[in-house]
Amino acid sequence: MKLELRGVTKRFGKFTANDSIDLVIEPGQVHALLGENGAGKSTLMNVIYGLYDPDGGEILLDDAPVNFAGPGDAMAAGIGMVHQHFMLVPVFTVAENVILGFEPTGKSGIINLKEARKRVREISDRFGFNIDPDALVEDLPVGAQQRVEIIKALSRDAKILILDEPTAVLTPQETDELIGIMRQLRDSGTSIVFITHKLREVKAVADKITVIRRGKVVGSADPTATETELASAMVGRSVSLGVEKSPAVPAETRLAVENLTLLSDNGVPLLEGVSFDVASGEILAIAGVQGNGQTELTETILGSHPSAVGSIKLSGKELLGQSIRGVLDSGVGFVPEDRSKDGLIADFSIEENFILDQHDREPYAKGLSLDLAAIEDAANKYIEQFDVRTQSSKALGSQLSGGNQQKVVLARELSRPLQLFIASQPTRGLDVGSIEFIHKRIVAERDHGTAVIIVSTELDEVLALADRIAVMYEGKIIGIVPGNTSRDILGLMMAGLPYDEAQAEADKHTTILAAADEDSDNPIGGAL
Amino acid sequence: MSVSSEHAPAPEAKAPEKGAAPSRWTTALRDMASSSATVIIFAILGALILAAVLIAAADPTVQKTAGYIFARPADFFKAVWDSVSGAYSALFRGAIYNPDAATFARKIKPITETLTAATPLIFAGLGLGIGFRSGIFNIGAQGQVVLGAVVSAYFGFAFNLPVVLHLIVAIIGGFLAGGLWAGIAGFLKARFGANEVIVTIMLNSIAGFLMSYLLTTTAFMRPGSNNPVSQRVADTAMFPKLLGQDFRLHWGFVLALLAAVAVWWLMERSVLGYRFRAVGFNPDAARTAGIKVERMYLYVMLVAGGLAGMGGVSQTLGTEGVLQEGVAGSIGFDAITVALLGRSRPAGIVGAAILFGALRAGSPLMQTDSNTPIDIVQVVQALVVLLIAAPPLVRAIFRLPVPLKEVAA
Repeated sequence: MKLELRGVTKRFGKFTANDSIDLVIEPGQVHALLGENGAGKSTLMNVIYGLYDPDGGEILLDDAPVNFAGPGDAMAAGIGMVHQHFMLVPVFTVAENVILGFEPTGKSGIINLKEARKRVREISDRFGFNIDPDALVEDLPVGAQQRVEIIKALSRDAKILILDEPTAVLTPQETDELIGIMRQLRDSGTSIVFITHKLREVKAVADKITVIRRGKVVGSADPTATETELASAMVGRSVSLGVEKSPAVPAETRLAVENLTLLSDNGVPLLEGVSFDVASGEILAIAGVQGNGQTELTETILGSHPSAVGSIKLSGKELLGQSIRGVLDSGVGFVPEDRSKDGLIADFSIEENFILDQHDREPYAKGLSLDLAAIEDAANKYIEQFDVRTQSSKALGSQLSGGNQQKVVLARELSRPLQLFIASQPTRGLDVGSIEFIHKRIVAERDHGTAVIIVSTELDEVLALADRIAVMYEGKIIGIVPGNTSRDILGLMMAGLPYDEAQAEADKHTTILAAADEDSDNPIGGAL
Repeated sequence: MSVSSEHAPAPEAKAPEKGAAPSRWTTALRDMASSSATVIIFAILGALILAAVLIAAADPTVQKTAGYIFARPADFFKAVWDSVSGAYSALFRGAIYNPDAATFARKIKPITETLTAATPLIFAGLGLGIGFRSGIFNIGAQGQVVLGAVVSAYFGFAFNLPVVLHLIVAIIGGFLAGGLWAGIAGFLKARFGANEVIVTIMLNSIAGFLMSYLLTTTAFMRPGSNNPVSQRVADTAMFPKLLGQDFRLHWGFVLALLAAVAVWWLMERSVLGYRFRAVGFNPDAARTAGIKVERMYLYVMLVAGGLAGMGGVSQTLGTEGVLQEGVAGSIGFDAITVALLGRSRPAGIVGAAILFGALRAGSPLMQTDSNTPIDIVQVVQALVVLLIAAPPLVRAIFRLPVPLKEVAA
């Protein structure tokens, strides 16, 4: 089926999210939609899927104009969508999820689960998905849940499949499998719209690439285009991929973590015998699939989990057992994983957010009262230094874009002399420009002699920043490897294999993305 | 289709998703406390209009003329006009200025009565406002008022101290009593995570019955009396009258205004107030930044309860001079309305308290002059709250998305 958009426009108030977009998706093609966060990709897909009414333009299916009142219409017309955040009911089985909303029923109105199971098995077998129709969705790994979403779409006879940032949650090996599935679907005639901001994946799988910037189509490219070309088109100026950084000059050991163990309230180990150290002037990246103890590790260092046992020594001084205040005062800068929850107060002004952990000391406080003039001066200084895009330092945190919010958090944490800097997911959800900036600041902090810990689930980011990489799996550190370890080995370690086995396994099979690394114009790994 | 509800109509450039979603009630209450000035003015006007309908409906002449409304509609409308204008003009004469009175002092007495009635509401409203802005929904102002009244009265009649000192001691006693009473809820929340709404409601009942009990003990009862009325507070512990003995208005009102300024400084300019607000808006971020959130909850309750206790102090040491059942009236509950109406800001709270003081001061004259039941004032107060609450309450109950307020910078 051919999908065509002509001049599609979508506005939210004064903000134009999609500005007369023209797009043709040919049958049996993987069409990548490339653009930064906030470029309008998801909005466009929601228009196609009937979730938003376009303010202008038309949508044509096989040259016939269509008008979708809701996702139901879109699905009936043969469009399926896999959202970035899965729309599955965790306590239902795969079969129950797949039929949700389209339940096959017998004469008495009772759901025919046998029919549902048959459907799931059929599709699963056809594409080698290896999904058990009776498995509970909550028990499945993320990659498998995504395949359930795809089955859901296919079971409704989707001829056009929209995948919204499908690789954001996957390990490299799972991404590899997904790319295989996408190719298979394409070969069987399904058109795929692949939304992403990751250049490497686009080059690996797309037949055609359309770049969107600020709600407009700014060009199309073939998969043979270089990553730098694509990135420049996406951002609208030339960008340097990867981080320019000189080799680390690690000095004395700054942070020594020994045998750190943390149990959850019901006795499940969240951290188990975690030991590592970080030297002054070195970046240790902690890699791993989300939810393998990274969050708990950083929070424990910060002092959020007083029940942890073991030892955390910063320049010889024990941190464990100290209050958060005490840890911060020992010279620890902390960028939390979820900036809107833990990093920033949305209803506070930028000024007030800048002083969140320094509000009670000079120069921001004089005795019992705040020194508003000093706070404003400092805020304006940081806004300039960190290039925070805002009208005024009085603007609320909630009025900033994600990238600018993160710059505020970073500016706050880097504005005092640090011994140790911890940043969790420092660039999650940010645009290329902000990522570039933040990576530079992190490397600068390292060169300043600070010990740096970066927690990231994005291998691109890990590879771009790390001097050494610690891989976490199920609350343990499965191995600490050099910063230039291959993506394949890291991916396998993230799935729980120790280094030796991972290396042996990786030699047998090179993933598509790792192969892309080899002949990329940017071998260290652009964090895009 | 289930997916559609997941997509609030917001451009993807905006929408920094909230962390742990606060409960619907917390959200509704916060929305109420921060509703816009237009909503509030609209709510007051709306309440007065709706109350006018009730006033007319309760009026016997209106009821009679309604019987032959189609024969002589003019009678009916005249009766409606008479009843409503009569009631509201009586309210005005009772609350602000009475041009019919004989002397100038009597002419302006109503406004001083309004300010007298507003005084405890200002104190208690300020306390509640601090709580609301710090993420604590303290329903317990009533109990805190009672404790403030009990202790200040006791200090007032049981001690024998020089003039100024006695008043100060009694005031401090009332402040601490209210603060510690609220501190119980603060401590339970900080230490065990007990819900402050439930704890403070329960503490209200306990405080009420505690006072009833104390009034039967010899420590409080007047010698030779069996009535549940305490001994008189010594003159040395009473607030001096502000405008001479002809008026009940006392220096407690000035103290209330000073308290409003102090609260403004606390919340807007002080380190402690910064922490209060940080904890109120986002306890997770505050904790991550090293603020001891639980300790702040306790401090908030101590300060808020102390201010509510001052509401009781201004009753016993300002207007009543004795401790008796009903000394706290419904001050603690009206103060919730006052704080919401004043958007938890000191200036707004003073304004709202004076409005409520006026309703209270004017209602007796309204009843005697125009036969309008005094309860109508309660109805007006309730309608104000209802109308302020309606938009967010409806949103909260039906889980509708919050309207897009500002576009991303």
